[in-house]
Amino acid sequence: MATDSIASLNEVLQKDEATLLQSWVDNQVNASAFRPDRTSRQDLMDQSRRFLALMRDAVRGGEQDIMSPAWTGVRQMLDDLSVSRAQQGFSPSETATFIFSLKEPLFDRLQRVIGQTEAVARLWPINLLLDRLGLYTTEVFQRGREKVIIRQQQELMELSTPVVTLWDGVLALPLIGTLDSARTQVVMENLLQRIVESGAAIAIIDITGVPTVDTVTAQHLLKTVAAARLMGADCIISGIRPQIAQTIVHLGVELGTVVTKATLADAFAIALKRVGLVVQKASTAPRRRDDEGADARAAAERGEG
Amino acid sequence: MLVPLSENRPIATPEDVVAVRQAVRQRAVELGFNLVDQTKIVTAASELARNTLQYGGGGTLRIEEIIEGPRRGLRLVFEDDGPGIANLELAMKDGYTTGNGLGLGLSGAKRLSNEFDIHSRPGEGTRVTIVRWR
Amino acid sequence: MERIPILKMGEYLLVTIQVDMHDRLAMSLQDDLTSRIVSARAKGVLIDISALEMVDSFIGRMFGDIAAMSRVLDAETVVVGMRPAVAITLVELGLSLPGVRTALNIERGMELLRGLISARGRDDAGSA
Repeated sequence: MATDSIASLNEVLQKDEATLLQSWVDNQVNASAFRPDRTSRQDLMDQSRRFLALMRDAVRGGEQDIMSPAWTGVRQMLDDLSVSRAQQGFSPSETATFIFSLKEPLFDRLQRVIGQTEAVARLWPINLLLDRLGLYTTEVFQRGREKVIIRQQQELMELSTPVVTLWDGVLALPLIGTLDSARTQVVMENLLQRIVESGAAIAIIDITGVPTVDTVTAQHLLKTVAAARLMGADCIISGIRPQIAQTIVHLGVELGTVVTKATLADAFAIALKRVGLVVQKASTAPRRRDDEGADARAAAERGEG
Repeated sequence: MLVPLSENRPIATPEDVVAVRQAVRQRAVELGFNLVDQTKIVTAASELARNTLQYGGGGTLRIEEIIEGPRRGLRLVFEDDGPGIANLELAMKDGYTTGNGLGLGLSGAKRLSNEFDIHSRPGEGTRVTIVRWR
Repeated sequence: MERIPILKMGEYLLVTIQVDMHDRLAMSLQDDLTSRIVSARAKGVLIDISALEMVDSFIGRMFGDIAAMSRVLDAETVVVGMRPAVAITLVELGLSLPGVRTALNIERGMELLRGLISARGRDDAGSA
């Protein structure tokens, strides 16, 4: 039964294409979804003519499945159309109208070649076929939009994981927000890459801004530390709040030899010690002339001035 | 729709192991794997290729691109006609080795992959399949 | 057959691995390095792996062996330049490279070697 439908469709497309095209384009232009600011009648004419030609080829072999190889040309054209309309700011409905507005003129002509008694039975499969094509455009449209969202999410992730040089050889990574699996991986790679680039001996991972830590996050953090050590740098985890400390213990996470500190300040102090630096209070006593001489000599030795 | 790529490579010499690494790397790059995932599958392939050579007496690798709906991935099948593995459970244990390796070959490759499958019986050769999704 | 070049820099030997090594090549590197440590009376070995895109368990074991053998020959070994993707993969693989010291780059590697060698010197002097 469906083969008869396709045969009728084939017949209409072979014989009646010109008038069909005109009616279809008229429909599109008159539709409430028409955007004269975004597209012209001529554009629609070109697109519609191309579509009918491609559909004619697809239907010629009697194939009904729009996902089959016979319909590849049609699908590709719809892919391009949906993507370009998405980019131009059309809505999904406005895009699908391209297909749905074909129904009326097409069925009009089909009914002339099909007998009255068989009309409904013959037309239904074609109706379904056009619905599928219309939905296809919507899906492609959606996928296009999703790509944009994913790209923006990526950019957001990169922005919210800064790596800061606290001092020569000491890096800090303040993590903010929840660490889901995907984000933690990106963060991990970013941190390790920055360690290589800076030649930092110590990286402080501060998790003050992380509200909760689950087993997966904890494992990822520990893996980051292990990887950094393999590379020849060391990590200190700081900013461990009481709740997180409890969670870590309850979850039975083994910290092993990873050093943890409550505050970034404590971690920084340790890091400085490790790289052999000492912080001294500058003297506030009034300067004497001898001191100035000593300062100048010291400066000369350092190669300054 | 394009037919997904698949190729066969021999594993008969140590140089073949290097060629396997490079071929897997190339496919992974083409499929758009990120750098870490590329490294993981290449490392797993190196482990398994070496096993095929050293314990299997040589064999083949089939690299297949797989597409499941929106997902794309790489499947590697290592096959040999060697002596087979008598005790699979033991062989899969970390640190276990009968030869020169650190014994991390099979368990390591499993850890580095999303899917892992092994068929091996004494006298029936060995077939190891791993999959990594993009 | 190609061999990986070993450069002598004063008391140190520097090896830069730039090719994807097959097992035979790795083994000959091990042999060459051991002979060279003796003939050059080297106190330290720096292995630069910044060009390596992959380290598997065999290569990992090689580093461990080289470190152990050098120590027996009174030299210290440091592996430098491991790439992040390689480090992450090794952690996933469960390989910790026991006995292998690492540094981020050649400069830090030399600092580390100097420290290790002088510590060794003190140990030797102490036990004399």
